Amino acid sequence: MTHETNNHYAIETRGVNLYYGNFRAVKDVDLQIVPQKITAIIGPSGCGKSTVLRSFNRMNDFVPSFRMEGEILFHGQNIYAEDVDPVMVRQRIGMVFQKPNPFPKSIYENVAWGARINGYKGNLDELVEQTLRDAALWDEVKDNLKKSGLSLSGGQQQRLCIARALAVKPEIILMDEPCSALDPIATLKIEELMRELSRQYTIIIVTHNMQQAARASDYTAFFTMDDDRAGLMVEYGETHQIFTNPRDQRTEDYITGRFG
Amino acid sequence: MPRETLDRQIHQLQDEVLLLGSMVEQALLNAVDTLKRRDISAAQKIFANDIAINEKRYALENALIIIIATQQPMARDLRLLASVLETIIELERIGDYAKGIAKVVIRLGDSTLPMPMREFSQMAEQAASMLHRALSAFINEDAAKAREIVLEDDQVDELYNKAYRAIVTTMIANPEIIDDANLLVWVAHNLERAADRVTNICERTVYIATGELFELDTDDSEETAY
Repeated sequence: MTHETNNHYAIETRGVNLYYGNFRAVKDVDLQIVPQKITAIIGPSGCGKSTVLRSFNRMNDFVPSFRMEGEILFHGQNIYAEDVDPVMVRQRIGMVFQKPNPFPKSIYENVAWGARINGYKGNLDELVEQTLRDAALWDEVKDNLKKSGLSLSGGQQQRLCIARALAVKPEIILMDEPCSALDPIATLKIEELMRELSRQYTIIIVTHNMQQAARASDYTAFFTMDDDRAGLMVEYGETHQIFTNPRDQRTEDYITGRFG
Repeated sequence: MPRETLDRQIHQLQDEVLLLGSMVEQALLNAVDTLKRRDISAAQKIFANDIAINEKRYALENALIIIIATQQPMARDLRLLASVLETIIELERIGDYAKGIAKVVIRLGDSTLPMPMREFSQMAEQAASMLHRALSAFINEDAAKAREIVLEDDQVDELYNKAYRAIVTTMIANPEIIDDANLLVWVAHNLERAADRVTNICERTVYIATGELFELDTDDSEETAY
């Protein structure tokens, strides 16, 4: 395993190839994620962007045929090394999914749960309040903490899921299409929240919504599908550059809507 | 192609920019011609035509904002639309310079003031020709052509200096005509500025083609024209 320390990047991938059985879903990804910034991964359906995102906290481990080549470095350590505990990885690198999926428990318990199972010794009430404040949800729920998480609106549920991810003090938050089930106002609230959270956390978001990537991210990685149907990263750069002056014709075609 | 609507709207907009360009080009040439012929009624027509130029510019600006709002253009499309916005403003200003010259014709009335007419005509022809080719390069996104056109601005500056010297010489010889001769300085200035506006359009062409935004005419110093 690699022991090189690179404090420059939150995550660094080296020669990453991702397989489902014999099918190579993603090939040759070398990507450096800048800490405390928002990185958007965009690209057409099937380009492997979610597969890449899920490999960043070993969520793909649950897919039996999944296999990875290369290295994904977090604090200089390959998170796929044999002596690395995937549960620890997921604690440091949290995830928020497409559809809000709060536990069928109280708002309070949704947030307290992760900390409790990790043996949190501090004041849980304080942790819950602070985390809900960080997730821009406190003012809306502070009088109803005992209500079920499922009673909230879609946008509130998603912010509750973000709070749940924050409660275990991760460094990185992965977001897989976090707003695709939300209305435009709830979407903008999440985007503003992401901006606020990026002061403390590194955020990587997969989105189909190019305007969202343009609005909400600092860096953008464009993936597409190669002739062999494997996803590959075409271009990676600062968001303003990608959306005003992309270097690669394939990026240009995609973001101007002339793809396919 | 999935962006047929956007492509069609952009093409329509480009056609309209060419139309606005030809209105402005004609206004500039006509203005100098009315000066040459001292044709006050033709000058008054230029004045009236400027309203049509202004109206067209605002109609285009409105259409452009609707395209941006409804089509969310990115990358080259976005650079192109932003550049059209800049270009129609430049065109309207060139129209104002033509109007300014027409105003001078009206103010001069039947004054027999000697004028550097040859320089004025050459400046107008040069500026109009630059404008015509600059708009063609703009529509074709031809950065190389745009850079070439910018170099021609020096010729207009030279003619300006010649005209300016001639006007000042006349003023020194006949101080009583300074008021009227001063109007001729405005004519020279307007023609020189018209060519400068053309270089701004050329800068936008380079921007559409390359994504790089910078001043092409860096020789616009004090020694040349004001």
